[in-house]
Order: sequence, then structure tokens, then C-alpha cells
Amino acid sequence: MNSEAKWGYGLVAPTIIGLLILNIWPFIQTLILSFTNAKKFGSYDFVGLTNYVRMFQSTEFWQATWNSIYFCILTVPVGIILALLLAVFLNSKIKGKVVFRAIYFLPMVVAPVAVAMVWKWMFNSNYGIINDVLGLHIDWLTNPHLAIVSCAVVSIWSSVGYDAVLLLSGLQNVPKTLYEAADLDGATKIQQFFHVTLPMVSPTLFMVIIMRLMSSLKVYDIMYMMISESNPALLDTQSLMYLFYRESFVIGSKGYGSAIVVWTVVLIGIVTALQFWGQKKWVNYDV
Amino acid sequence: MNTNEISAEKTAPKLHSVKKSRNSGKIIIYILLGLGAVLMIFPFLWMLLTSFKTNAQAMQVPPTFFPTQWNFDSYAKALESLPFGNLYLNTGLMIVFRVLTTAAFCSMAGFAFAKLKFKGRNLLFSLILIQMMLPSQIFIIPQFQMLASLGLTNTIFALVFPGIVSAFGTFFLRQTYMGIPDELIEAAYLDGANTWQVFTKICFPLTKTALAAISIFTAVFAYTDLMWPLIANTDLNMMTLTSGLSTLNGQFTTNYPVLMAGSLLSMLPMVALYLVFQKQFIEGIAATGGK
Repeated sequence: MNSEAKWGYGLVAPTIIGLLILNIWPFIQTLILSFTNAKKFGSYDFVGLTNYVRMFQSTEFWQATWNSIYFCILTVPVGIILALLLAVFLNSKIKGKVVFRAIYFLPMVVAPVAVAMVWKWMFNSNYGIINDVLGLHIDWLTNPHLAIVSCAVVSIWSSVGYDAVLLLSGLQNVPKTLYEAADLDGATKIQQFFHVTLPMVSPTLFMVIIMRLMSSLKVYDIMYMMISESNPALLDTQSLMYLFYRESFVIGSKGYGSAIVVWTVVLIGIVTALQFWGQKKWVNYDV
Repeated sequence: MNTNEISAEKTAPKLHSVKKSRNSGKIIIYILLGLGAVLMIFPFLWMLLTSFKTNAQAMQVPPTFFPTQWNFDSYAKALESLPFGNLYLNTGLMIVFRVLTTAAFCSMAGFAFAKLKFKGRNLLFSLILIQMMLPSQIFIIPQFQMLASLGLTNTIFALVFPGIVSAFGTFFLRQTYMGIPDELIEAAYLDGANTWQVFTKICFPLTKTALAAISIFTAVFAYTDLMWPLIANTDLNMMTLTSGLSTLNGQFTTNYPVLMAGSLLSMLPMVALYLVFQKQFIEGIAATGGK
């Protein structure tokens, strides 16, 4: 072995060994555990497909799967459109851009736990500021139909600035000459947006959509904080990851929990594959 | 000359009207951005104002905007119920260790994957890509079991554990090292440098911006993460700011001023850092975007 190869192996060794121990082996183990009756501690037996059969027969599981998908439907389109608008505004020639950018980005450095805490307070049905301002008495967090929408609002509020900053870097790469040419052709600002900006920024937009979809499918902390175990809206709100947490670490059935997380990975895989298949129709890479 | 003047005269009013419509467009943008900014700031402001109210005043109907009496009891109560000293220390140590190991190991591996040739390089790199595609929750049960069987739950090590290496960091820094021209490295070899010197003296100093970006990303991710610290360390004294704060929810379900005071205390260090290094934070996290 030559010296370059020796250095190569030596330098990648910590990362590769770490990945094998911390990720690759745990991944295989989770697959194995999903076929066992593993509990909180101690030994376990193989039970074949029992966990998967139980899972596919459970209404709570299907509800959680739908909740995760519904949460994506609620957050991704609205969140992306708002982020794109924000990015376009921040890309125009205005003063105070840096300040605006810093304000919209702020939730990114605040733990979702703290964010959820204040929103829970604002959504409070008796004393919350939102009901007071609207002059209504709505059970934002305990109404089974509304609770997930309230969580979606918090999620969009938290991520819009981050998504906008990513889209802004895409917008800044659009050559100015394209807009000048469009101006000469008499295109309005709106036309320029749909015929110049959108196609040019589509690769960045696609990346942001994929990222937002994945993180929405994995939503957990906002729901964990806003919808407690005793909340009547729990079953109609809890995401797959919340169900996974409760089954694995509150109830303590690690085998069943593993089956849920394996299903979530499959679901994320399917959604991502659909996006990559669909992107051919609208993402423009000939830049 | 003459024709130029005429055309200038003709276009002048037109330019003027374009400018006017641009200005009204700008005003609309300012209004929309301003309204949005109010929506972004208000929850934090409301958090601050509530934290200074008494519980009775917070629950007053209709609510008062400002506290009638500025009251610090909620902060005292929050400090009493959560060991904030420990939480700051645990969170700080977790971040420092994660950032240091990430920076060191990812730089080494990133350099090797980008600039050195060795058998099985692509195969090993595919491990990195596989890890990046899987959500972290799929590792969490076995990671916890490993930790528990070693008797290492409720330690600082437990908090650092899943973040000792970073597939994403390696991927990100490999991109940066790939951008360093080979000529620079060949010239160093000609001058008699060995591989270690090429890495540490020539290439590593050129990755400062990327290293800052991945460090900020690692720090923010570690700080905001909830599920792992909640599972790994159940002793209140060994929790992070995030997981510790989440336990306050159960203790003070109806005492919002205390919950707001606790939230503010746990947010403070990161927000303070953000306000000082705002540009680095935004550009760093944007550079690592996509994860």
C-alpha cells in the first residue's frame, strides 16, 4: 500500500468507524428489532411480522400516517409560497434588507420547544391573545379538527425565514441581463416573475421543497410541546414520529416502535421518489 | 448631438413615470415586509411581556398589553424549578464537543475523500450518502440501547454521542476541499511537503468559511434538538436547555409567566450569539442549506 492510500485510510477512519457504530449498525438493528417483541429493557424474541400486522391493523397508526401527510399538505405549499414571496421582496432594491432578513430568520436559532411554548400561550382558548384579538372563543389546540392546523401555523412561522434565505441565494444567481431583456420586451413585473424568476430559481425551489417535505414528514417537537398526552385532539394530531416516540419511549414497546420508524422511512422514500419523478416536468436545469 | 438631445427629452417623462411606479411598488413591499416582521417579532415580545406579569394579570380578561407592575417572581420561580446553571453548562459542553469532533473528523475525512486516492474510496463514501438519506430517528433506539448497556446515560458523553461524527459535515467539507486547485497541492509536494503538511498547512486554512458554516450549523442543530437529549438524559441536572425547558411544561401547565420566563432564559445565549454574529449565522446556515 502506498503512502497516499495509508493517509487516506487513516484520515477517513474516525468518521467511517463512527458511522458504522453510530449509524449503519443501529440502522440494521432497528430493522431487526422491528421483527421482535423488544420492550424497555432485557431480552426479546423474534415474532415475525407481528408488529407490522398489528401496525397495519391499527387505526391509530393510519391516523398518524394521514396526520403526517396532512401536515405536509398544510405546511409545504403555503410555507413555500410565503418564503418565495419573502425572498423576492428581500431581493428587490430596498433599504434595511439586512434587518428584515435577521428578523425573519430569528426562529431558526430558537429551540422549537420555546417557540411552541409561546404559541401555546397565544393559542390558549380562555386567556390567549389570538382569541382576544379576534374576539372569538376558539379551542385552537383541543379541537380535533383545528389542533393540527394550529401546529402547522407554528411550523410555517418558524421556517419561512430560513426557506426564504435559501431561495434568496437562488434568486441572486439569476443574471440581471435576463430582466433587462424582459423589460425591453415589455414584460410586466408579474410576467417577469413567472417567465424569468420562477424557471431560473426552480432548482433551488425544488431543493427547498424536498427539504421542507422531509422535515414536515418527521415533525415531532412542536406537537410534543403543544399537544400533550391528555389532549383530546392527540389522536387527530399526532404525527408518525410522535407516535414512534410514545410507543418506544413512553409505553416502551421498542419492537413496535421500530416498525413505525421503518414505515416512516419507507414513506419518506416514496414521497421523495415521487418528487424526483415529478421534477422533470417543472425544474429547469439548462442554466 | 442634436438627435441625442431630442431623444433624451422624449424619454425623460417616461423615465419619471417608471420611477414613480417603482416607488409605489417599493412602498407596498415595505408595508408587507413590515407587517410580516411584526408577526415574526410579536410572539417574542409577548413572551417577554408575559414573563413580567403575575399569573393573575396574565389571565386577566381582557388582557392588558403591558404589565401594570413589572414583576420578576416568574424568573425566580423558573430558576428555582430548573437547574439553569447545569443546563447552560451541559448545553455548552455538548455544543463545544460536538463542534470540535465534527470540525476535526469531518475535515480529515473531507480532505481524504476529495484529494487522496485509495482503494474503496467510493464504497466508503457511499456509507456517508446512505447515512444522509436516513432520518436520524431510525438510529435512535439502538443508539440508546448501546448507551444504556455501557451505563453512560445521564452523562455529557451521552449528549455528544450521536454527534461525534457527521456524515453531512463530511459531505459538505468534501465539496469545499474539492474546490481547492490540484496545482496548489502538487506545488507543495514538489517543495517537499508530506500529505499531513499538505492537509494541515495548505488545504485546511483555506476552508475557514466552510468550517465556520458547519460549526454554526452543528451548534444550532445540537441546541434545538429535543428527542435525543430527552431520551438519553432523564436526570434533570444532566439535561440540555431544550429538554429541560420541555419538562417545565408539565410542572406549570397553567402558569404561563413562569413558562415564558423559562423559555426566555433558555433562548438567551443562542439569541445573544445570533444578534452579534447575525451575518455568519444566516450565511453559514444558508450555505449548509438542503439538510
